[in-house]
Amino acid sequence: MANWDWQVFCKNTIDGEVVSSCFGSGGDITYLDWMLSAWGWTVSVSLLSLAVALVFGSLMGILRTTPSRSLVFLGNAWTELFRNIPLLVQIMLWYHVLPALIPALKDVPSFLLVVAALGLFTSARISEQVRAGIQSLPRGQRMAAQAIGFTLPQTYRYVLLPMAFRIIIPPLTSESMNIVKNSSVAFAVSISELTLFALQAQEETSRGIEIYLGVTALYFITAFAINRVLHFIEQRVQVPGLIAAGGK
Amino acid sequence: MLNLDFAFLSPTVLSSYVLKGFLFSVQLTVFAMLGGIALGTLLALMRLSSKPWLVMPAAAYVNTMRSIPLVMVILWFFLLIPLITGRPLGAETSAMITFTLFEAAYYSEIMRAGIQSIPKGQVAAGYALGMTYGQTMREVVLPQAFRNMLPVLLTQTIILFQDTSLVYAIGAYDLLKGFEVAGKNFNRPVETYLVAAAVYFIICFSLSMLVKQLQRRIAIIR
Repeated sequence: MANWDWQVFCKNTIDGEVVSSCFGSGGDITYLDWMLSAWGWTVSVSLLSLAVALVFGSLMGILRTTPSRSLVFLGNAWTELFRNIPLLVQIMLWYHVLPALIPALKDVPSFLLVVAALGLFTSARISEQVRAGIQSLPRGQRMAAQAIGFTLPQTYRYVLLPMAFRIIIPPLTSESMNIVKNSSVAFAVSISELTLFALQAQEETSRGIEIYLGVTALYFITAFAINRVLHFIEQRVQVPGLIAAGGK
Repeated sequence: MLNLDFAFLSPTVLSSYVLKGFLFSVQLTVFAMLGGIALGTLLALMRLSSKPWLVMPAAAYVNTMRSIPLVMVILWFFLLIPLITGRPLGAETSAMITFTLFEAAYYSEIMRAGIQSIPKGQVAAGYALGMTYGQTMREVVLPQAFRNMLPVLLTQTIILFQDTSLVYAIGAYDLLKGFEVAGKNFNRPVETYLVAAAVYFIICFSLSMLVKQLQRRIAIIR
C-alpha cells in the first residue's frame, strides 16, 4: 500500500512547503493548525447542540408523562417530527428553507442554524429516554408525592426527576457520543468542522489516508472524553442500593 | 414573504428526477439490511463464542465501526476500496458495500442482545436432545431470538433508510439528491427541500407505526 507521509500535517496550506515546527507563523497556517481549528468547531457544535438537546429533550420527555392529554400530544408530535426526518434533511431545512421563509433568520450565522438542527434532532431521542426513565419509576412515587400535597411541578422537581435523570445517564452517555458523530453531517452546509477539513485537505494534498486517520482519531478522542466525563458524573450521582451504576 | 409554488413538481418531473433516487435509496436500504443482518448474525455468534480468537476480532470490528461517524466511514471506503481493488468504483457501488459493512456492526449488537435474552435452559435442552451447536442455534435459539428482536431490527432499518441520505458526501444519486437536483434545475430549492422532508417523514413515520403494531402482535406471551 501507499507509503506513509505524515509530514503532510506540517505543510503550509498555501504553498505546500513543509514547516519545521509544524505550526504556521505570521498568518500562514499548516494542515495541523487547520485540523485543530476544525476540531474546535466539531467540539463547539457538539457541546452546544447537546445543551439544546438536553433542554428540549427533557422538557418534551416530561410533557409526555403528564396527566394532560394535550401536553402529551405536544410531546409526542415533537418527538415524531424530529425523529422521522433524516438529520441531513433537517440541516438543509434549517440552512436553506427556514431563512427563506423567516427573513429574521437570514442574519443568523450558519453555525447556530446547525446547532439548532442537531440539537432538536437529538432532543427527540433524549425525550424518548426521559419519558422511559420517568415511566420506569414505580407508580407509588408519583402517588406518594401527590398524597402529601405536592403540586405537579413539585412532584417532578422533588420526586420524579431526581431519580429519573440518574437512571437514564447510561443512555444519555451514548446519545452524547452520538452527537459528536452526528456533528460530522454539518460539513454539508460548509461548517469548517473535521469532516469538511478531511474532504478539503484530502483533495488538496492527495494524502487521504493520513488525513482521514488524523480526523478519525480526533473523533475517537472527543467521544471517549465525553464518555469518561459522563461516567464520572454517573458514579458521583448514583442512587445507593441500585444494581445499576456499577455498584455490585 | 411566503412565495411557495409547488406546481412545478408535476408527475413528469417527479418521475424523471426523484424516482431514480428513491429507487436507489430503497435498493441501498434493502441490500444493506439483508447483507447487514447476515453479516451481523455471524459477528454476534463470533462474539458469543467461547474462543478468544473469534471474540476479539468481532468485538474490535463492531467497536471500531460504532465509534466512527458514518460520514467518515463512507469517505474511508470511498477512498480505500479503489486502493485495494485497484480500480475506481462508482459512488453507488461503494455506498452499497459501506452500508452493508457499517450496518452489520449495529445489527450484530441487536442480535447479540436478542440471543442473550434466550434462557440458557433452551441451549441445554438442545444439547440434551443430541443436537450439535449448529443445530441448536438454527433450530432452537435463533428462531426465538429473531422473534424477540424483529421490532428492533426493523427500527434500525428505518434509521438505516434515514442514514442513506448521507451518501450525499460522495455524490451518489439518492432520494435527497433527486429532490435537490430538481430544486436546482427549476430554481425552487425551498419547495423541494420541504417536499423531501415531507416524503421522508411520511415514509419513516408510517413504517414506525407499522413496527409498533407488529411489536404488539408478535410479543411472546410468557
